[in-house]
Amino acid sequence: MEFLKNYRNAELIKSLLNQIRKITTRPWKLMEICGGQTHAIMQYGIDQLLPENIELIHGPGCPVCVTALELIDKALIIAQQPGVIFTSFGDMLRVPGSHHDLFSVRAQGGDVRVVYSPLDAVKIAQANPKKEVVFFAIGFETTAPAAAMSVLHAQKLGLINFTILPANVLVPPAMHTILGSPNNQIQAFLGAGHVCAVMGYWEYEPIAKQYGIPIVVTGFEPLDLVNGIFMAVKQLEIGNHLVENAYPRVVTRTGNRTAQGIMEKVFQPVDRKWRGIGIIPQSGLDLRTEYAQFDAENRFEIGLIDVMESSLCIAGQVLQGLTKPFDCPAFGNECTPQTPLGAPMVSSEGACAAYYRYMRAR
Amino acid sequence: MCLGIPGKIVERYETAGTKMCKVDFGGVIQEACIETLPEAKVGDYTIIHAGFALSLLSEKDAQETLTILQEIAQLEDEEKNDLLFTSNEK
Amino acid sequence: MMNNSNINHLQGPVCSLPLQHNDQIVIGHGSGGQMTNDLIKNVFYQKFSNPILDMNNDAALIDLLLDNDKKGFLVTAIDAHIVSPLFFSGGDIGRLAICGTVNDVAMLGAKPLYITASFIIEEGFSINALEKIASSMQLACQEANVKIVAGDTKVTEKGKSDGLFISTTGIGWVPASRQIGGQFARPGDAVIISGTLGDHGIAVLEARGDLGFHSTIQSDVAPLNEMIEILLTEVPNTHVLRDPTRGGLATSLVEIAYQSEVTIQIDETSLPIRPTVQTACEMLGFDPLYIGNEGKVIVILPEADVDNALEALRSHPYGKAAVRIGSVVQNSPGRVLLTTPLGSNRILEMLAGEILPRIC
Repeated sequence: MEFLKNYRNAELIKSLLNQIRKITTRPWKLMEICGGQTHAIMQYGIDQLLPENIELIHGPGCPVCVTALELIDKALIIAQQPGVIFTSFGDMLRVPGSHHDLFSVRAQGGDVRVVYSPLDAVKIAQANPKKEVVFFAIGFETTAPAAAMSVLHAQKLGLINFTILPANVLVPPAMHTILGSPNNQIQAFLGAGHVCAVMGYWEYEPIAKQYGIPIVVTGFEPLDLVNGIFMAVKQLEIGNHLVENAYPRVVTRTGNRTAQGIMEKVFQPVDRKWRGIGIIPQSGLDLRTEYAQFDAENRFEIGLIDVMESSLCIAGQVLQGLTKPFDCPAFGNECTPQTPLGAPMVSSEGACAAYYRYMRAR
Repeated sequence: MCLGIPGKIVERYETAGTKMCKVDFGGVIQEACIETLPEAKVGDYTIIHAGFALSLLSEKDAQETLTILQEIAQLEDEEKNDLLFTSNEK
Repeated sequence: MMNNSNINHLQGPVCSLPLQHNDQIVIGHGSGGQMTNDLIKNVFYQKFSNPILDMNNDAALIDLLLDNDKKGFLVTAIDAHIVSPLFFSGGDIGRLAICGTVNDVAMLGAKPLYITASFIIEEGFSINALEKIASSMQLACQEANVKIVAGDTKVTEKGKSDGLFISTTGIGWVPASRQIGGQFARPGDAVIISGTLGDHGIAVLEARGDLGFHSTIQSDVAPLNEMIEILLTEVPNTHVLRDPTRGGLATSLVEIAYQSEVTIQIDETSLPIRPTVQTACEMLGFDPLYIGNEGKVIVILPEADVDNALEALRSHPYGKAAVRIGSVVQNSPGRVLLTTPLGSNRILEMLAGEILPRIC
């Protein structure tokens, strides 16, 4: 579809930005919870182009930033076991655990492999029957159906050497935590377009109502992002708090029922700890007991983990939009992209890394 | 968490009973799983994320959204021209 | 290695079969004895033959006095090649080993003349593959007009190396009148790239097969010395030449910005990227600015010479897509700013660590 290029049309985008400028009469704080959207915003410099009084706060939408330290440490322990092939999306390889990361495990001889799809991990398990293959199942609802399918496919193939380390998290509980905080300043949300492609956006209607905030399901092209912001600001200016869909070419209200069914078959919601934020009830996914044999936590008895997080790092506050990165005393001093203390400085979509780059650009 | 780009399904098949397809992203062909979108047909455009089809891409909706935004841009241009015209008249 | 021929313990191990029937490298090929000599003679010397190499001594005797009345400098560079897989669309490790080093030498404005090559081969490696790679090296040498004048061969036990590693040293000569280097970019200079970005890195990733995609993308690996000579004849006042290999365009520009202590501004809309490469990058979450190139050169030169430079580059097959991409804007060290199609700016950092596909 050649015409999709128009979603990057600079003239269209600029004229929409002008419209935003025209209708904005007061300062507004918006948040996106989607690493992909944060990435696109950084790539196109969209936050630089918005009127001064519109602030875009980068929420906890990047799996790199929010995967609990305990889980990362567990992943590292498993990856170091002899006879294990540890597979992961590329995003996770640089994330520091309490003492090191998957890269250093690989350097010490661990078999750590990047996969593009969880099904590639299943292929590796098929090809290496004498090895234990583990897939690090991080990501949000967008990725959960893929993780679930990898379990079902492995089951179909009768594989006994494939497990996943469940680490998926869910967006709506995080929104409740952010909006329910007494210090919350977020006035509108950009809904994660591909999370909603899977889940639909009906789940956001009670949230919009409960907290009185507009939620606009938004895509990833620069025109999509600016349009999502435009629709959110329009609502804010007139005091509306509805869920709107600015990504109708991909997202429907009910979402992808088949994908949801696959997720529900394999996973159940559990309380999960988000790095820097703490436990958010019912915000994670674990395997149902019928699939316990595919759970790496059962296959490898890891026991309790003593984690060590930097005492200087205030990532949780930043991820919830309660503090700006440059208000952190360590920002730019002890904590830089080369010497990160926490996940938001490691990840290229992390709020701290993004601010660091942007501030140097000014 | 959402890197997904549109591609056209060019072939459907099964591997060990799991529905798969080949997707053409515009000269780059990748295998993807359509168990998550079993109704997708050859010729359909889908969003592929981590090797899985998440959703069909609706050409109609894509065009409609663009049309609305193009209309806004046109209005914007007309307003600008009006302003220029008025100031030139002075 | 086991063999049941008559073993004279005063000789090294001797293969009972003539070399041409032995299709795999074995440890004996690295022993320095008859097998090594046979390997070198039948695979390497046969392909690389030239008067200097054929003298068959431990070192090469080179006459470097090219222009008796011109002062100049010896230029040398070394590169190790461990690319995996060894063969990819558009090239192989052999072509890479020659072109990479030829280009390094050419980046100082020097004329590459001689190459030395070291081969570290894993036990079990296919001799047929080695012959193909050696042929590829010879073709690249012919194209670049350089000679391989010395070499070395070692064989490791199975598992102690990864098939084949090749190291090449390049030797060239540059007249003293040419002052080209990463430290010479100046505010007011223009920045040109000689062609499309990201082709090589994506071609290699595709050949590796881990990410499971197929395309028509080919590596751009090529010797650039002839094209650069045409450029420098037209524009002798060129300030910087750099080939954006590992780390891509962005990393090379940051290096230059630090070396010259300047800020470089790049216009994103001007960057030449093949649509298929752009698509592959978007699909996997890569940034084409950080993907390696093996047949491209960044040229930084005075603004007044831009048109002549573009004409010179475009007159050569490897420079047909040459285009201006930016400028050196001010004396503020080590910054590279990318202006997006929307007019905003973002900083380009050096590549930190490995390029990884992402889902986010």
